Amino acid sequence: MATQHSRSAARLMMAPAVFVLLVWMLVPLGMTLWFSFRQYLPLRGGDLGFAGWDNYVRFVTSSSFWPSIYSTLIIVGGVLVITIFFGILLAMLLDQPMFGQGIVRILVIAPFFVMPTVSALVWKNMFMDPTNGLLAHLWRFFGADPVVWLSDVPLFSIVLIVSWQWLPFATLILLTAIQSLDSDQLEAAEMDGAPHLKRFWYIILPHLSRAITIVLLIQTIFLLSIFAEIFVTTGGAFGTRTLTYLIFQRVLESQNIGLGSAGGVYAIILANIVAIFLMRIVGKNLDT
Amino acid sequence: MGRITLEKVQKKFGETEVIPPLDLTIEDGEFVVFVGPSGCGKSTLLRLIAGLEDVSSGEIRIDGQPATDLPPAKRGLAMVFQSYALYPHMTVRKNIAFPMKMAGMDQAEQDRRIKKAADALNLTDYLDRRPGQLSGGQRQRVAIGRAIVREPAAFLFDEPLSNLDAALRVGMRLEISELHSRLETTMIYVTHDQVEAMTMADKIVVLRAGNIEQVGSPLELYREPRNVFVAGFIGSPKMNLMSGPAAQAHGAHTIGIRPEHLDVVESGGTFSGKVGVSEHLGSDTFFHVHVDAMEEPMTVRAGGEVGLRHGDMIHLEPQADKIHRFDEKGLRIA
Repeated sequence: MATQHSRSAARLMMAPAVFVLLVWMLVPLGMTLWFSFRQYLPLRGGDLGFAGWDNYVRFVTSSSFWPSIYSTLIIVGGVLVITIFFGILLAMLLDQPMFGQGIVRILVIAPFFVMPTVSALVWKNMFMDPTNGLLAHLWRFFGADPVVWLSDVPLFSIVLIVSWQWLPFATLILLTAIQSLDSDQLEAAEMDGAPHLKRFWYIILPHLSRAITIVLLIQTIFLLSIFAEIFVTTGGAFGTRTLTYLIFQRVLESQNIGLGSAGGVYAIILANIVAIFLMRIVGKNLDT
Repeated sequence: MGRITLEKVQKKFGETEVIPPLDLTIEDGEFVVFVGPSGCGKSTLLRLIAGLEDVSSGEIRIDGQPATDLPPAKRGLAMVFQSYALYPHMTVRKNIAFPMKMAGMDQAEQDRRIKKAADALNLTDYLDRRPGQLSGGQRQRVAIGRAIVREPAAFLFDEPLSNLDAALRVGMRLEISELHSRLETTMIYVTHDQVEAMTMADKIVVLRAGNIEQVGSPLELYREPRNVFVAGFIGSPKMNLMSGPAAQAHGAHTIGIRPEHLDVVESGGTFSGKVGVSEHLGSDTFFHVHVDAMEEPMTVRAGGEVGLRHGDMIHLEPQADKIHRFDEKGLRIA
């Protein structure tokens, strides 16, 4: 296959795909970079010329910048912790032979199929509503005052909603990893005198480390850009304004495209910092 | 000490009886081999002794103590798995140390035992590698190392050599035999390879469909197989088994003659036939002889450099005192 001829033919055939991918990525990136250096206010005079580093300075010096970074990290971190912890638990449960295994597995995966907007609305109106929500009823049943979830513990509520959506993903990946564990290893550990918890700690968890790494990386990438869940629940109020949401507000609510674009560039930098950071910590799990 | 007694041990998976009630005693320090064709229940029997499977009924005793309901770790047995079952994320040192760590042994004693095991098994240079970086034979030795540091009452081997290539297998066979004579610990070894059984065992247990067909030393089994199954299973190449007129002449339903007990004679002889395939091993030659009125070709052992060719007619005479006779039920006629 690897003749000169077939290689150039392969290049020729891959070229359109590569071209489309490049354009798809480079054009928006280029435009974001371009606008981030412009003073562009669509409702207040349009493109008002070159702005230098003004947008960048204004974006980070704004009083809402650091809080937005903080809420972004809290949401991402919280969801990661919850989904990985419960994902491992659920995966180990689902790995046990039981009646109706197939149906239970489909049910567990189901939340992943629900659109973010829909699931956030369902949570907001059916569970977290302080008068009619299921949780309010539950609280009242035990004689407690219902929690006004989205304004009293807004970050936690959003973490809860997003975790519910992403738990199936974590569970699914971790379940396949658990299923690939050689049962001889567990039996050997059993013969070596390791009780259940130690078998989990010394055998199962190290075996899962690679899958956990993958879950961590993929989820981080997607969670940094969550938007719909915030938009339909708190609308960015009560300290739930993430970096993504802040950019949205700058562009659409303040009608300042230049400022928003500068925020977008910061978001790219933040995502890359987090990615490098994660790769450093967990990347060594991916080789071998 | 490692005297293991099985009393009426039975194993059922649901309705299927894998091992019908069975009695067996394994003396302290013995090298016992469970041998049988695949699916005969030999691995299941080993796992019952290990405690990885629960017995359906019956009793297992280790050194006289009832062990039937003890968890595997409490039985004082160590097992070497067919897949080695090494922990891939741990170094060789940590793999070997694992059972001691679980037992909460102090570090100095752990190091001493690791060193001793590594010396004995030629693993000293590999202690800091991971199993993935080792060859099959080295992994096998790590698995054995992990077993010996526990100083168990008995070792259980579940087809430990079946993943190795032929040359390594012979080497490891010797090493395990050597280890046994050095440690003088009870070893139970499961294999489907009768050569391994013959070369290593003090006592062979031949199993078929969960039943013990015969228990005895390798030579006992070779000289006096109790039935047709054992006769056909033990010995390489296989014993020639024949029924019909040839057997009736000896007053039996079936007779068996080992290839090495058939002499090639100039003329006459009990059997005569055409030489088919011949396997030259250098020291020996095995001929497949197509005898008239017999479906299966007979196997004959001859010297290494016998000048017989494909299609030659030869005459065979069995050594009179080496003919095994069996009745209709396949049992040996004394």
